[in-house]
Amino acid sequence: MNSARHPGVSVQVRGLRKSLGGQPVLDGLDFEVERGEIFVIMGPSGSGKTVLLKHLIGLETADAGEILIGGEPIQAPGMMDRCRMAMVFQSGALLNSLTVGENVGLYLAEHRLKPPEEIARVVAEKLALVGLQDARDKMPGELSGGMRKRASIARALVIEPQLIFYDEPTSELDPLMAVTVAEEILKLNRRLQVTSIVVTHDRDLAFGIAHRMALIDAGRMVSIGTPAAIRAHPHPLLQRFLSADFRFHPEPMTP
Amino acid sequence: MFQDIGQMLLLLGRTARALPLMVRHRRKVCEQLFEIGNASLLMACVLSLFIGGVLALQTGPVLAERGLQGFIGQIVGLSMCKELAPVMMAVLIAGRIGSAMAAEIGSMQVYQEIDALRTMNISPIHFLVLPRLVAIMVALPVLVVFAMLVGWLGGGLVAVYNFQIGISFEAYFNSLRAGVDLLDVVNGLLKSGAFGVVIGVVACHQGLQTIGGPRGIGRSVTKAVVNSIILILILDYFLTRLLLHLD
Repeated sequence: MNSARHPGVSVQVRGLRKSLGGQPVLDGLDFEVERGEIFVIMGPSGSGKTVLLKHLIGLETADAGEILIGGEPIQAPGMMDRCRMAMVFQSGALLNSLTVGENVGLYLAEHRLKPPEEIARVVAEKLALVGLQDARDKMPGELSGGMRKRASIARALVIEPQLIFYDEPTSELDPLMAVTVAEEILKLNRRLQVTSIVVTHDRDLAFGIAHRMALIDAGRMVSIGTPAAIRAHPHPLLQRFLSADFRFHPEPMTP
Repeated sequence: MFQDIGQMLLLLGRTARALPLMVRHRRKVCEQLFEIGNASLLMACVLSLFIGGVLALQTGPVLAERGLQGFIGQIVGLSMCKELAPVMMAVLIAGRIGSAMAAEIGSMQVYQEIDALRTMNISPIHFLVLPRLVAIMVALPVLVVFAMLVGWLGGGLVAVYNFQIGISFEAYFNSLRAGVDLLDVVNGLLKSGAFGVVIGVVACHQGLQTIGGPRGIGRSVTKAVVNSIILILILDYFLTRLLLHLD
């Protein structure tokens, strides 16, 4: 379980297609994510970001195309044993019947990777890392949305993954907590050289952490490149996406 | 429908292949056993007491008119252990425990908890289905034994205290002992084991197939209970024929 010996893995997506109910959701996506990179996928709601993420972690099967993780197809037998992957779900997806501590230690306990005392120590360490040291014995239902998300990050950290996926990691979080989560993503990337794929429509987060980023719309790639290249890209949708704001200048209320 | 049956058979096969891992999950099996017993034992006893009583009440006076009241013990005893206890307990457990299993797994499916398990390379079949299926297969025959005993007692109480029948406890239980042997009890236990598999597989399959939000969970629960009861009654016919043939 020494992650230093298992740095991040590369990801290649080639011609990925998926239709749901006859409607194309992913329409021939091609991109590569390098080892140890933080790659952010942005796009409007319903653009196919979460479906793409589910394909990348093997929860969905594509109609056409392939996904290679470290050069091997994602559907290859034993892929999950050879390459450690983790996902931080938008909702946290903690198991409601287990305590926070049991959730965080679940991977180690179920795969019998460490004795119970060692699991307890690792759980305490990871919970402390995300500021949840006092929440170990609480049930997920007792946590706020932000705490659930941080517990989910702690659960992913326990796996010491080579590839980690984040689905909208800052949604439902206040700005302070969003910054904390973004810092965690960066720290994890630097400490473990883990490859991180982040799906978000939070522009501040995307430009704050990404080495490279991509914008998808209607299941197609609009643009891909470094944050600076994305900002300079002339595509109208991209520019609308980047310039949208709430400054409506409302008229003052008359007494 | 055929697709559902195929998927359930696949689920059963995969769960059966995972049986050697049962020892690992013994704590979860014990938790499920406790839950099933805790939720159903009292209800099972009340239900069986009255079923046994009604059986004696319906048959007793007719037999007594013909001077055959000495056979009430046999009739209640055989009916309870071969048919009523296994079927009624299976229907009770399908409604009480099958629905809870489908709702719990369905809610885990809807709220991505099962996806989270898969991303941790933890099989939902090992983690969720196996302990539930083993627990229900163990718990249902135990509940059926309770149901048989309490049902016999219920029949005895009516046989003794109903003025149209009016036989003694001794005569009732002598008749029961003469008519019921161990094979009849085993017959009921075999049926209940098979019904346990049906309830567990149908409930877990419906839970895992849940889509949508709370409405989807509700639909899965209803389908789990209705499909379980239908399959139990169909299977009961074929098992009865098979066991009669073996007798």
